[in-house]
Amino acid sequence: MRKRIYAAPWVSACAVLLAVALLYFLSTESVNARQQAGSKACGTVTVAAASDLTYAMNEIAANFQKATGCTVRLSLGSSGNFLTQIENGAPFDVFFSADISYPQKLEAMGLAAPGSTYLYGIGKIVLWTRKGSRVDVTQGFSALRDSSIEKISIANPAHAPYGRAAEEALRQAGVYESVKSRLVLGENISQAAEFVESGNADVGIVALSLAVSPAMKDKGVSWIIPENLYTPIQQGMVVVRAAANPQAAQQLLDYVKMPATAALLERYGFALPSKIPAARKP
Amino acid sequence: MNWQAIALSLKLAVCVAAILLAAGLPIAYWVTFSRWRWKFLIEAIVALPIVLPPTVLGYYILMGLGPRHAGGRIWQALFGHTLPFTFAGLLVASVLYSLPFAVQPFSAGFEAVDRRLIEASWTLGASRLETFFRVILPLSAAGAVTGVVLSFAHTIGEFGVVLMVGGNIPGVTRTVSIDIYDQVQAANYDAANRTALILLLFSFVVLAVIYGTNRRALSIWRRP
Repeated sequence: MRKRIYAAPWVSACAVLLAVALLYFLSTESVNARQQAGSKACGTVTVAAASDLTYAMNEIAANFQKATGCTVRLSLGSSGNFLTQIENGAPFDVFFSADISYPQKLEAMGLAAPGSTYLYGIGKIVLWTRKGSRVDVTQGFSALRDSSIEKISIANPAHAPYGRAAEEALRQAGVYESVKSRLVLGENISQAAEFVESGNADVGIVALSLAVSPAMKDKGVSWIIPENLYTPIQQGMVVVRAAANPQAAQQLLDYVKMPATAALLERYGFALPSKIPAARKP
Repeated sequence: MNWQAIALSLKLAVCVAAILLAAGLPIAYWVTFSRWRWKFLIEAIVALPIVLPPTVLGYYILMGLGPRHAGGRIWQALFGHTLPFTFAGLLVASVLYSLPFAVQPFSAGFEAVDRRLIEASWTLGASRLETFFRVILPLSAAGAVTGVVLSFAHTIGEFGVVLMVGGNIPGVTRTVSIDIYDQVQAANYDAANRTALILLLFSFVVLAVIYGTNRRALSIWRRP
């Protein structure tokens, strides 16, 4: 009764197979290209890094790969999530946390190589908005009192170190109550930044390391939040006890301690522990 | 236990199910009875969310309907605000995302109705609308129930889209699945466990009641 055009089943089956094969071919092609770049003797080191390191870590990984021939497999996400995953046996070799207490906790639980926790930098937060936005962030927190600002994005203070710092700074500055109802929470600091970058939030508190990255630097305006308004964001890394490639993990740890890498981190806005005598050493 | 998040998820799911009942029935009717040659294109579009990762939908809502693109500016001009970070935004995302879970069972139900009964109704002078409500819908009630239940359940279980466009605002966009994720990230396993358990029991009870009271309800398993 109903007239429909049916292609022969084998025609559609072939089409689907072809599409799948094409996708697979394209994906393996690019993976091969990347792996050929640096897999000599030392193999692959799997890294979990806090998302404030999104851009810095890509550079560090590329340099490390060039220097040692180790391939870096990089996962970016929220520190809290990685902590939970490593506690539950995630196969990471090295963990770059945005909060040094997480590596310390792993070490205390016997899940990290003893004594490997290292304070690689102290993060800073900035008030950030897109260029051309009507919010004038250079006025600092008083700019947030403007009631035409609808959404202010920060990372989730419940588990993201950068979110905790943001909330603390807002409270210290005495504006928290007036902005509370306008806060939107990013799952991690990268997402908080993306909310502002996409224009969905008017302004946000993001990591300085993201604001100065090549990807974001020219797109926005930032105001560095005074450091006396929040507890220093001490960022620590650690070698995971169950590392599949402990040698490469140790090599990466040593590499991060080198002056060249420290300089790179400084360029991304991290304060270096060696230059801040007041910083508590782990 | 975050009752606020549970209540929000329930509210969202009820709204989505209601909207999909109202919008899904005409779409399913058209998909089932249309003889348009290119109908399969519409069928493919309706089924897209089954295949597409929620991140794709989330991306389009965040970017395409954000204030930097035309779609978002039009929306802003009409409703005064953009979609992300609002309950309306979650509602739009969830309706799109659950569309096939309503339309497909509805359509399967219509398809199973004996064509002769429909034509008999027409020849007896009943209008198409009357035929739909007095013949087709009663005979495909199981499919309608299935569609509503599935879209409700699918919305309760939604996570990826909400994570991308919700902004995690308590009472507005922090649904129960996001709340559990937050608790796990913050290593509050006890809280996560309690909420997860409630959700597990709730889902089981709802489905058990549906299966128990309407043995033909889930026509996916057994065609009426």
